[in-house]
Amino acid sequence: MTYSSDWAVEAHGLVKVFGDNRAVDGVDLSVRTGTVYGVLGPNGAGKTTTIRMLATLLKPDGGEATVFGHDIRREPQIVRQLIGVTGQYASVDETLSATENLVLFSRLNGLSRADARRKSTELLEEFGLTEAAKRPLKKFSGGMRRRLDLAASLISQPPLIFLDEPTTGLDPRTRAQMWDTIRRLVATGSTVLLTTQYLDEADQLADRIAVIDRGVVVAEGTAGELKASVGSASLLLRLADPAALERARHAVLDVLGVEAVLTPEAGRITAPMSDPDSITDLLIRLRSDGIAVEELAVQQPTLDEVFLALTGHAAGDDESAEESPDESPEGPTAGATTSPRPTTASGPTTPELENAR
Amino acid sequence: MSTLTITPGAQRTLKNHVTIAQTVRNSFSMAARGLIKIRRTPEQLIDVTVQPIIFTLMFTYIFGGAIAGSVADYLPLLIPGILVQTVITTSVVTGVQLREDMDKGVFDRFKSLPIARIAPLAGALLADTVRYAIATTLTFVMGFIMGYRPGGGLGAVVVAALLVIACSWAISWIFAFFGVIARSAASVQGISFLVLFPLTFLSNAFVPVDTLPPVLQWFVNVNPVSHLVTAVRDLANSAMFTSDAWISLLGAAIIVAIFAPLTVRAYMKKA
Repeated sequence: MTYSSDWAVEAHGLVKVFGDNRAVDGVDLSVRTGTVYGVLGPNGAGKTTTIRMLATLLKPDGGEATVFGHDIRREPQIVRQLIGVTGQYASVDETLSATENLVLFSRLNGLSRADARRKSTELLEEFGLTEAAKRPLKKFSGGMRRRLDLAASLISQPPLIFLDEPTTGLDPRTRAQMWDTIRRLVATGSTVLLTTQYLDEADQLADRIAVIDRGVVVAEGTAGELKASVGSASLLLRLADPAALERARHAVLDVLGVEAVLTPEAGRITAPMSDPDSITDLLIRLRSDGIAVEELAVQQPTLDEVFLALTGHAAGDDESAEESPDESPEGPTAGATTSPRPTTASGPTTPELENAR
Repeated sequence: MSTLTITPGAQRTLKNHVTIAQTVRNSFSMAARGLIKIRRTPEQLIDVTVQPIIFTLMFTYIFGGAIAGSVADYLPLLIPGILVQTVITTSVVTGVQLREDMDKGVFDRFKSLPIARIAPLAGALLADTVRYAIATTLTFVMGFIMGYRPGGGLGAVVVAALLVIACSWAISWIFAFFGVIARSAASVQGISFLVLFPLTFLSNAFVPVDTLPPVLQWFVNVNPVSHLVTAVRDLANSAMFTSDAWISLLGAAIIVAIFAPLTVRAYMKKA
């Protein structure tokens, strides 16, 4: 047996069959220690089932998987000492208070009564739940529950953490907080395997991404590689003077070598952006031509486009959704809006321009 | 999170088995959870408070005259019988609640923790002994109010109560098994009562055995519930720890030996 420290997770040909539905149909995953790995896919793609198998909650019907070199089937108890699992729905006890939950899980992790108390106080403080510590969980907001859930997963400071759709159903602000929490987690040396339905979430957090559909990994790579395989983002310019549109189109053709699409009424010009580096050249050219730019934005490929390109069908048109806990109230395409979402460079949130690389 | 430092997976000392000491510790942690739940949802105690009061009153005054000639003469016969019947009946709820509990996300976390597999089940069952203790106490108190004076004295009554609680805990493993394999909480109740009614009514709990037809007499005499009832009667009424008490304990041990592994295995298989 090899005790590999390079790979937190290695899975080969994982299979899980429910009745005659092959929920997971030969999934391969390799997660390097100390990285964030994103598993991206629509509802019912087999994300949750894969995570549940790796977390020893479900026995695989085929294939092999190891966690830090330990076989999930032969050494489940060892694997459980190395992982933390946070589900889509807060897997904490609703009848208990936050403190009682953390004390219970601390005790189950082998801490003494006094240590369990200390650890709970510490975690509650860290996750900003101190004030709500004694309140019944039924009065917790979705975000508070997720935080408590994550806190409970971190008691034993596991080197590998599974996050199953950590932000599904959260409002944007809470979502951003959750992302921060996950980033801090990674900074401490944890390896994170997260599932998500949102391309931008995988983009924001994950070093590598596997796109999974109908139980099969259809693409794997860094966010950049993935997007390159899907198609480029597009550049959107709005000019101060609509009369300059035609000149701007020439500039785009000269510098980027692509034909731009014009929207004269709005004074807008859209062009496919395959090489973000040449945007600088374009802007310099526009300046020297005396064309004033009022707005500059980059349109990301949406999850729908990613799926359409990779699988030939749109995300969420798969009717055989087998994972009942996978049903999010917002539906499968909530994160991937069907209309493109331009992010203005002058707007309050600008990180997506950088992400377009 | 700055205070956290993660020990790499490869540098940890790990073992793939759970010691008995850890199993016991885990089960008690789980039992503590069960007790908090009982404290938070006191309405779950309605059955163990109301049932002993109503059943004891009802059976005493309905059957007392007919079976034993008078209420006072019937009490020494009935109170141990109704005690066993009531406490075993309340143990069905253990299975039902386990089913409801298992449908919640928290059981996923329990499964993902490096704890003894049996602990979430054993803990829930252990916490429910509080329910049996309440039902037992109330039944004896009701009997006392109606004029029952156990001849064995308080010490013997306490031993009898402990015997009933221990045996009911064992029997609750049967219902826990149904709880784990059933699809819904309602069906647990259905299957459980199907088992429970013949077991408790086809016993010597309410009527003298010699009034029954021969076939029934045979069943009643081998029914473990009858042995438990007899054991409780002997203890409460004459402070004697008879062979029936040993048979009851043996039966309880056999039930646990069969149903605890079955339940744990079914629990682990269930997604």
